[in-house]
Amino acid sequence: MQNKAKRYPGESKWKGLLYLLPALLLYLIFTFLPILETIRSSFFQAESLYGARSFVWFQNYIKLFQDSQFLSALRNNFVFIFFYSFLPISFGLFLASFLARVRVPGMRLFRTLYFIPQVLSMVVVGVMWRWMYDPNIGPINVFLRWLGLEQFAQAWLGSFTFALPAVGMAAAWVQYGFCMVLFLSGIQRIPEELYEATSLDGANAFRQFWHVTLPGLIPELSVALMTTIIAALRVFDLVFAMTKGAPGGSTEVTGLLIYRWAFELNNHSYAATMATVLTLIILLISLVIRRVFKQSEKGAL
Amino acid sequence: MKPTFRKLIPHYLLLCLVLFFVLLPLWGMLSKAFENPDPGSFGALANFKRAWTVGKFGLFFKNSLIVALIVTAISVLLSILSGYAFGKLSVSGKSLLFPLILLGYMVPFDAAIIPLYNWMRSLGLTDTLWALILPQIGLSVSFGTLWMSSYFESLPDELVDQATIDGCSRWQVLWKVLMPIARPASSTLIVLIFMWTWNEFLLALVMIQKESLRTLPVGLAFFQGRYSANIPLMAAGAIIVALPTLLLYIFFQKQFLQGLSSGAIKG
Repeated sequence: MQNKAKRYPGESKWKGLLYLLPALLLYLIFTFLPILETIRSSFFQAESLYGARSFVWFQNYIKLFQDSQFLSALRNNFVFIFFYSFLPISFGLFLASFLARVRVPGMRLFRTLYFIPQVLSMVVVGVMWRWMYDPNIGPINVFLRWLGLEQFAQAWLGSFTFALPAVGMAAAWVQYGFCMVLFLSGIQRIPEELYEATSLDGANAFRQFWHVTLPGLIPELSVALMTTIIAALRVFDLVFAMTKGAPGGSTEVTGLLIYRWAFELNNHSYAATMATVLTLIILLISLVIRRVFKQSEKGAL
Repeated sequence: MKPTFRKLIPHYLLLCLVLFFVLLPLWGMLSKAFENPDPGSFGALANFKRAWTVGKFGLFFKNSLIVALIVTAISVLLSILSGYAFGKLSVSGKSLLFPLILLGYMVPFDAAIIPLYNWMRSLGLTDTLWALILPQIGLSVSFGTLWMSSYFESLPDELVDQATIDGCSRWQVLWKVLMPIARPASSTLIVLIFMWTWNEFLLALVMIQKESLRTLPVGLAFFQGRYSANIPLMAAGAIIVALPTLLLYIFFQKQFLQGLSSGAIKG
C-alpha cells in the first residue's frame, strides 16, 4: 500500500491520527490487547481457579501436542477443508466454466438464489440440516426408502462414520454457491479472444480450461481459497448447532474444544494455548495463500 | 452467435438441478414452519406466534436488533473516519499501524474471547448487551478501516486538493466531497457489518447467561436443545432468525455480492 496522502502546509501532523484514534482505541482495547493477553496466558498455569498463576514456559504447548483430543479435533478441521474449500471450489469451477461463456437468460436470478446460504446464520443452517438428516422424516432417508434402499437409511448425525462428512456437506452447501458466483463473474472478465485463439489452435475444452480459464481466475481462486479455508479452521457455530462434537468426539473441532476448556472446564490457560496455535495456523495459511497468489493481490482485499 | 433455446436446455437442466439442492433445505424449513400442529388454534402462523411468545423469540429479536444497530452505526462511522485518515490524510506511524489493524481482520475471535470474558466479568459487564456491543465494534472497525481506506485511496487526490483550494476543511472534504461518492462502498460496509453482527454466535454464547438477554442465534441454539422433537416450532424459530438478513440481502444484493466477492470475512 503506497502512502500518497500528503499533509498541507501548516497542517498539524497529528490531524490524521485524530481521525484514526476512535477506531484505533476500540480496536486496541477490544481486539488487539485481548489477543496479546491470550498469547501471554498460554505460558502460564493457574494454581487454583481464580488464584495465582505461575509461568510454565512451553509446558502447555508440550501438553497440547500430546493431547490426542486436540490432535483429532485439529485433524477434523483439516477434513473440513475438503468440504468447505475443495468440494465447493472444484464444483464451482466446473459449473462456472460450463455456464459462463454462453448467455443464459435468467442467469441473474439463479445467481441471486445460489448466494442465499451465505447470508444465513450458521445456527439456522444447522437447524435446517438436522432436519435434512432426521432419521425418520428427513428428506435424505425418505429419498433412500423411496428408492428401495432402506438398508442405507440411518441416523446420519449419530454415526461415527458419517457424522463428520454429514456436517461437512452442510458446510459445502453454504460455500458452493459463493464459489460459483465468484468464478462466474471472474470468467466474464477473461477476454473472448483468448478462447477464440485457443479454439483456432485446435485446443479441446479441457485444455482451454487449463490454459485460459484457470489462469484467468487466479484472483477469484485466491479469494475463494482464503475465505473457505479460514472458515473451515474457524468452524464453531455449525458444529455446535448440529452435533456439539458428538458422537464420541467424531465431529469435535478446535473451536469447540477452546470453548469447552475455557468455559466449561475453566482451564483458561490451556484453552488460550489452543487458541494461540489455531490463530498461528490460520495466519500461516493466509500468508502462504497470499504469497502463492501474489501477482493477483490487486483483485483481493 | 446467439444460442437458441434448444441449445440452452442442458444449461438450464444443470442450473435447476443445483437450484434444487440449494432450495431444498430452505423449502423444507418453510413448509414445516407453516405446518399446523393443532388445527384451529392460530391458523397458518401458529408456530410463529408460539416461537415468538413461548420461545421468547420476540425478546431475542429485540436484543439482536439493539446490538446490531448500535454496532453497525458506530463501526461504520468510526471506519469512515479511520479509513479517511489512512486513505487521504497523512498518518504518522502508518507503516506500523496499518498491519496492526490488518491482524485483527485475519485472526479468529477465539483468539480474543477468553481475556475479553474475564475483563468483562471483572467490570460487571457480562450479562449486559455492552459485552456484545463493545467487542464487536472493536472487531468490526478492523475490517471497516481496511475497506474504507482502500476505497478512499482509490479516489483521485485532485478531488481533495480542489475542494481544499475552494476553502473546505478536511472535515468538510470528507462529508461534502468524498462521502457522496463513497456511498456504494459505505452501504456495502453497512450491510456486511449488520449481517455479521446479527449472525454472531460465540461472543453472545459466552457473555450472556441470562435468558432474557440472549440474541437470536443463541436463542435458537438453546431452543433447539429443548424442543428438538417439535420440528415445526423450530423451523418457525429458524425463519425468525433468518428473515432479517434475507430481506436485507434481497434489497441490497449488489452490495452483498460485491462485498463478499472481494474476500470480506469477519475477523
